[in-house]
Amino acid sequence: MSLTKYESQLREPLVMGNKTYGQVTQDIVHTIEAKPTRLWYIGFYVSVAFLMFGVYSVYREVVYGIGQWNLNRTIGWGWDITNFVWWVGIGHAGTLISAILLLFRQGWRTGVNRAAEAMTIFAVMCAGQFPIFHMGRVWMAFFTLPYPNTRGPLWPNFNSPLLWDVFAISTYFTVSLLFWYSGLLPDFATIRDRAKTKLRKRLYGMASFGWSGSTKHWQRHESLSLILAGLSTPLVLSVHTIVSFDFATSVVPGWHTTIFPPYFVAGAIFSGFAMVQTLMLILRKVMNLQDYITLGHIESMNKVIVLTGSIVGCAYLTELFMAWYSQVPFEQDIFFKYRIAGPYGWSYWLMMTCNVVSPQLFWFRKLRRSVMFTFIMSIVVNIGMWFERFVIIVSSLYRDYLPSSWSIYYRPTIWEIGFYLGTFGLFFTCFFLFAKYFPVIAIAEIKYVLKTSGESFKNEMSALETKQVDEFIHEIHGDHRAEGSVKVAHH
Amino acid sequence: MALKKFVVGCFEDEKVLFPAVEKVRKAGYKFHDIYTPFPVHGLDKAMGLRDTSIHTAGFLFGMIGTTTAVTFMTWVFTKDWPLNIGGKPNFAFPAWIPIAFELTVLCSAVGMVLTFLYICQLAPSLKRHHFHPRATDDLFVMVFECTDKMNEDELKSFLANVGAQEINTQVAEEGWWIGKYGEDQELYKESNIA
Repeated sequence: MSLTKYESQLREPLVMGNKTYGQVTQDIVHTIEAKPTRLWYIGFYVSVAFLMFGVYSVYREVVYGIGQWNLNRTIGWGWDITNFVWWVGIGHAGTLISAILLLFRQGWRTGVNRAAEAMTIFAVMCAGQFPIFHMGRVWMAFFTLPYPNTRGPLWPNFNSPLLWDVFAISTYFTVSLLFWYSGLLPDFATIRDRAKTKLRKRLYGMASFGWSGSTKHWQRHESLSLILAGLSTPLVLSVHTIVSFDFATSVVPGWHTTIFPPYFVAGAIFSGFAMVQTLMLILRKVMNLQDYITLGHIESMNKVIVLTGSIVGCAYLTELFMAWYSQVPFEQDIFFKYRIAGPYGWSYWLMMTCNVVSPQLFWFRKLRRSVMFTFIMSIVVNIGMWFERFVIIVSSLYRDYLPSSWSIYYRPTIWEIGFYLGTFGLFFTCFFLFAKYFPVIAIAEIKYVLKTSGESFKNEMSALETKQVDEFIHEIHGDHRAEGSVKVAHH
Repeated sequence: MALKKFVVGCFEDEKVLFPAVEKVRKAGYKFHDIYTPFPVHGLDKAMGLRDTSIHTAGFLFGMIGTTTAVTFMTWVFTKDWPLNIGGKPNFAFPAWIPIAFELTVLCSAVGMVLTFLYICQLAPSLKRHHFHPRATDDLFVMVFECTDKMNEDELKSFLANVGAQEINTQVAEEGWWIGKYGEDQELYKESNIA
């Protein structure tokens, strides 16, 4: 897995400033060792308040039944499944950053992967709530599991995409958690060994599993991370593919399309990166991590956003084209009468503006590197992606085949909204705890790229930059024995 | 559990560490271990460690997952409770690919992480002797076990020559024990220490 040790100065440094290993530790760990700020308390308690409201909303749904929500015939899926798909989608960016970018050897992932993976885990936790409570009789949720039971045994239907979802989401959560935690072990050990108070030493000691930093352990750890990344890559693609199968394998017009899996995966990464931006921009400002989450990082993520946003845009247009090209009247009606027009037309155009039109502004370098603009865009994209799921679900359901079964206008009740706000509460409660008690940046990984991609170490390369190629190669070969850290890939 | 005597040398820079590792090996000293704050690439090779085969565990566990998923679903739908779902075949293999895949990944990941924790002997509530608190911060800590065959002082001066900063001798427990960090523990009765 060795990356090229010499990096051109043309590549932006990943770590700004004149840092030593010790400073990296200090910069990242000092917030854990300090008392939480007032801002942290405010944010945390607001999140908990939202969470409590969500708990109450769910309580009402469990006690009084699914009638607490405005779901009706034919809109059997509404806000709940919209929120489910939205949250799962957000999770995808974390895995993309931690796994796919690791396989692609993108050095910039080191600055953001820890927080993005945390985001994944919390987002999947939020997502899972929706299908579970949508069951109505939530105490029966374990019926989805294939356990030997006294009803025959009657097994779940393994041919059903809804059951695939159970497996996909739970696997995704477990694997993400393992990946995240195995990366955290060395960093917990760092905190443990610096800890001044007894309690902190004890807790982080427990959390670090007795990690010592042995070379053999590191070697296995590297191998483990690489294989977990290799497993997570197809996994993350499969998860949203399976989520899209919930729709695509049905015969509902507007859902029954083969384009869904890639379209959903691209949309998931799109919204996930937007959420990563929202969180990172706040994190780097509040925790003073501008040296580690640089404008270069932000720009790279914006590039992913403009790419996936364009893929999503192509998918929207392809859907419209296919509706016309199929010559199926139901398909055409759904798209041209009830989706881009009709009572829910506004949501379609909101989605189009937020997801397809506005991200195109990221073609301008200046805007890609603007913190304020990125922050606004990240919110806009997430609104757009929420409406994408809403449009897909509701606009396909509210006009059934027979006009007699057309629905009245679907509006959520306060408890449906409350459930959604509650998951925001859950997400941010977890994220605030994470930001306070966990190393938000992978300390060991930053140290690993520091000597090649740190600003001060890049400056040392100035002399090499002016050399001719022959001269350069000769020198590197000659120096190798004396200077262990300077190596080239083809050495 | 056994108390052993170790010679410890600390390095601050990998530029010094790598040549030192080479010299140490040439001189014939055997490493107990080198503790580093981050994965130093090439150090395992330089120390002469063999490659890890943890990925084999991942593959085997993955295969267990696939086999379990496919055989179980086959048994359920063809033997135990054949169900007519829209007249489709009972052995509906394409429809089982998602679950078979998920189970492969799940078993492989869980199995590999557990294997990793087992072979590295890592678990919550385990405690080890750490030779230097900065080994997880910014120091590369080279550790040698003292045996009858070698001269401790010679090794120490050798380490100083190759660029080690802090050099000392520590008597410590070699393996792990169950304990809490942040609390001093008496692992051995005084009389037992040789």
